[in-house]
Amino acid sequence: MMAEMGLVAARERATLPGTMRQRMHHMRYSGFRVIAEALRGHKGWTPAWRDPVPQAAYDYVIVGGGGHGLATAHYLAKEFGQARIAVLEKGYLGGGNVGRNTTIIRSNYLLDGNQPFYEFSLKLWEGLEQDFNYNAMVSQRGIINLIHTDGQRDAYTRRGNAMMMHGADAELLNRDQVRAMYPFLNFDNARFPIKGALMQRRGGTVRHDAVAWGYARGADSRGVDLIQNCEVTGMRIENGRILGVETSRGFIGAKKVGVAVAGSSSRVMAHAGMRLPIESHVLQAFVSEGLKPVIDGVMTFGAGHFYVSQSDKGGLVFGGDIDGYNSYAQRGNLPVIEDVAEGGMALMPMIGRARLLRAWGGIMDMSMDGSPIIDKTHIDGLYFNGGWCYGGFKATPASGWCFAHLLARDVPHPTATAYRFDRFLKGRMIDEKGQGAQPNLH
Amino acid sequence: MIINHPILGPRDAQEFVYLGDASLMNRPDTMTAGIEAFHDWLYTRDNPAGLHRELWYHEQGDRSWLVVTRNTLTHEITQVELARDVALALRRSK
Repeated sequence: MMAEMGLVAARERATLPGTMRQRMHHMRYSGFRVIAEALRGHKGWTPAWRDPVPQAAYDYVIVGGGGHGLATAHYLAKEFGQARIAVLEKGYLGGGNVGRNTTIIRSNYLLDGNQPFYEFSLKLWEGLEQDFNYNAMVSQRGIINLIHTDGQRDAYTRRGNAMMMHGADAELLNRDQVRAMYPFLNFDNARFPIKGALMQRRGGTVRHDAVAWGYARGADSRGVDLIQNCEVTGMRIENGRILGVETSRGFIGAKKVGVAVAGSSSRVMAHAGMRLPIESHVLQAFVSEGLKPVIDGVMTFGAGHFYVSQSDKGGLVFGGDIDGYNSYAQRGNLPVIEDVAEGGMALMPMIGRARLLRAWGGIMDMSMDGSPIIDKTHIDGLYFNGGWCYGGFKATPASGWCFAHLLARDVPHPTATAYRFDRFLKGRMIDEKGQGAQPNLH
Repeated sequence: MIINHPILGPRDAQEFVYLGDASLMNRPDTMTAGIEAFHDWLYTRDNPAGLHRELWYHEQGDRSWLVVTRNTLTHEITQVELARDVALALRRSK
């Protein structure tokens, strides 16, 4: 009986016009819904998004079904009123870096080209769950950057002032304030004593997979076709204009193509004959076995590259430097694991008692100045979003919004005007670390 | 990773400093090449997924520059040459 009803429903759905079909499929999540479904034995839940067959052509094709691509599609439909949008994903949604990062959000940058953008992103994080009706576990638990020298205090004071001038929050903590928060840190380390911290209370963590799922569901509910197992194998470009993309599921026409595939940017943009100011590098991340609550915020060690937070499941989530050589392998080598572990031991010696549960790697677009690119290309209708180095996760909402803005209106969003391809030619680099054209040092 | 140094034999990659794509050896003549050619040399990369010829400096060893051919998908190193030899061959071919 039930099966028969299901069949009838399916037949009815098949005859409905597209928008009706989407509305039927889309279900609003709420606490009441959870209770109602619990009483009904959870039989009413529907898939969070459709699995559509690609159409012959779209107005917008977004290449890359990760956080940035899905956010772009979501905002294109929701904020910029665009339709006929598809997201093409080589593997499965959110299977790349959005599911491989250490989940930190913050807006504690120094330079004018960056800080307004990341603050815009943090504001979007603050309203994100209501925006896409999905629990992404946004947790503003606060981030501290530890200070170990007088010079570092000067630098962080300057950074905090820059943050506040752009409307973000920043606080300088003294040693006692840090000690009250994290008494177990190695304050009197002879070489790297802790002298204070720069704190951003609005920073924190987000459940990274849920970001991809929430944006996917938000985009799907507005009619965006999310097409998985669809690898872009070529671009059809005639007379300097893009006509569409060749894929493993056939040619898909498009008026505009936006590429958001950080990690693989050089490979995809090579289809358009472009050579990017980017090298691909592997960044490792680590998680310990589940422990009792010990770190309720996010902290970074200032005397080496080590940062740590604790997941809601209890695992210490931490990481450090990239391995430092070109790689597409999605796995790193042991010297960096040792280096990260040394950073952890210098900061909080008790971490040596914890056992490592997992280590993994993701591929980063390391750009020539450590900052991203959201820009048009020299090919009409082809747009690029990439070069996120290892800071892409926190940027996801603003990256999607600004890329959608550029795609829909052909002008950059006010907070993303500096992220241009030609900044290297024009001498307008956004180099937070001042390392020059040496991507493995950013 | 182990880099099989042409003079010193197998050495841990940790002894080396990584610079990047070996094409950085082919710096255009700044007096004659245009600014765009110089920009392309300094700021853009092929960034291949697969075989990559790259410069490593043996800082903790004999301070030689090497051109290492390495697969960026597997990290397997298939060839190691002294950068000096590569540069001399390059000059001869010009």
